[in-house]
Amino acid sequence: MRDNNISSRKLKNAVFHGIVLGATGFGIVALILLLMQVFRTGLMWLDWDFILSMPSRFPEKAGILSALAGSIWTIGLTILFSLPLGIGTAIYLEEYSNKKSWYNKLLQLNISNLAGVPSIVYGMLGLALFVRFLNFERSILSGALTLTLLIMPVIIVASQEAIKSVPNTLRQGSLALGVTKWQTITGVVLPYALPGILTGSILAISRAMGEAAPLIMVGAAGYVAFLPSGPMDSFTVLPIQIFNWTSRPQAEFQNIASAGIIVLMILLLSANAVAIILRNKYQNRMD
Amino acid sequence: MKLIKNKMVLVIVLVISMLAFVGCGSSQTGDSETGLSGEIRIDGSSTVFPITEAVAEEFMTENPDVKVPVGVSGTGGGFQKFIAQETDINDASRPIKSEEAEAAKVAGVEYVELSVAFDGLSVLVNPENTWVDYLTVEELNKIWAPGSAVKTWNDVRSEWPTEEIKLYAPGTDSGTFDYFTEEINGETGAIRNDFTGSEDDNVLVQGIAGDKNALGFFGYAYYEENQDKLKIVPIDSGSGPVTPSFETIKDGSYSPLSRPLFIYVNKASLEKPEVRRFVEYYLEIAKDIAQEVGFVTLPDEEYENGLNLIK
Repeated sequence: MRDNNISSRKLKNAVFHGIVLGATGFGIVALILLLMQVFRTGLMWLDWDFILSMPSRFPEKAGILSALAGSIWTIGLTILFSLPLGIGTAIYLEEYSNKKSWYNKLLQLNISNLAGVPSIVYGMLGLALFVRFLNFERSILSGALTLTLLIMPVIIVASQEAIKSVPNTLRQGSLALGVTKWQTITGVVLPYALPGILTGSILAISRAMGEAAPLIMVGAAGYVAFLPSGPMDSFTVLPIQIFNWTSRPQAEFQNIASAGIIVLMILLLSANAVAIILRNKYQNRMD
Repeated sequence: MKLIKNKMVLVIVLVISMLAFVGCGSSQTGDSETGLSGEIRIDGSSTVFPITEAVAEEFMTENPDVKVPVGVSGTGGGFQKFIAQETDINDASRPIKSEEAEAAKVAGVEYVELSVAFDGLSVLVNPENTWVDYLTVEELNKIWAPGSAVKTWNDVRSEWPTEEIKLYAPGTDSGTFDYFTEEINGETGAIRNDFTGSEDDNVLVQGIAGDKNALGFFGYAYYEENQDKLKIVPIDSGSGPVTPSFETIKDGSYSPLSRPLFIYVNKASLEKPEVRRFVEYYLEIAKDIAQEVGFVTLPDEEYENGLNLIK
């Protein structure tokens, strides 16, 4: 009787192990297949000429420079806008606001909901607000502000969670020493919460880097053969350029699109690497 | 005190070097061969995009100080921006609709319509499909009409097999979709609703190439590049089946599925020398470019007419 029980429990154990392994494997196999396909078709097109040339209708001359520059400009400005606004909002909501009041509950509910709104809706908002009402036209600035709205809810929610995880004893200890609330936040709460905030921000910014739909809405172009010289210039970004190439009839452009995907991946990985290094630095300091 | 002074010097040096940098940029602008500069804002149809993009590429090699970004919002989305005066030129794969023309009038936007090339909508089947030799316009209508009862090839012509037809069509936002439904079903947008639709014509190519019972339609350029994977269907509009080709589209014998492509130019923008030069250049080189990117050139006098229109 007892033996039976053990063997059935062991069986369950093995089955559960198999299920979670399968779940992980499914994603990994799909990812490997995708990467193999991308590298097989794209790698031979990827060289310095490709990175340093403007797009062209001739596959052998086509390059990605304007899209790369546009992506770096847009994401740079997005980071500049979204991090202070997002983290600031999270600090207010967690440290200053009265969490029990009805309007704060409403605000909280809205922020969580906004995180799930499809990106094209933000594109329409950006078109109406930044491009038309504020008259920023079809510029990098309009694009970056639209992406800021898009990722702010995610940054706010992630930062709030990180700030919540700071033990209250630390806060009270700091306040008991007689310092102000502001000093407690900058000296105790933020350093402790920073790794969590950065993790959330990395995910949000990576998402912004891969967005095409809202930027097409605010007027990012499909063909740009000049480098932006300021935030008011017209622009395109890597995902739009890649999409443009995949939708062409000539087979060579499918391969060039793969090369573009590799460039986008490298950009994403390097952005993530910077954030991870920063995160580890602060994590070590706290431990 | 000394520190502040040092910082002041640094700031002044920075400001001067930035001014010098900006100054350099503008003096270079004046030195260019043609003397044209500025930005020409273009948006609109994804069908016309390859032509405009090619013209923009050539134009910018001759006029390096003119920026010509080309967007792809679709014909309708492009017209909205054109009417809001956010663009100088709109690419269009159909003529402007009366409501759009009305809105332009209200907004005070005057424009010129210039045709730049022909596009032949081609009807395609899988190469393994041995039975379809041609289709009449009536048969196409029978297949694609809203609420169509056609389920198998046998429902179209009695000697064809009783195998299910799989239908593929461009997405409902495209000018191609609008044009096909208007010509075949008599009303823009009227179509049965059980087909596979995609905004990306390559998806349609893959779909038809991988399915023996597929039937679909899209722009001729996509057939041109995928001839080995697809079988093109001659269309009979009453005077015998005609296969679309550069010749039959140009001489008009492939009908009713060949259409002109347009650019719409804001008349106020034409006052700017760079826009005027761009449009002239467009009409001058369109006949070489259109063919190169898979479209059919208009007769020469059409381009002459266009040039006269903007004089």
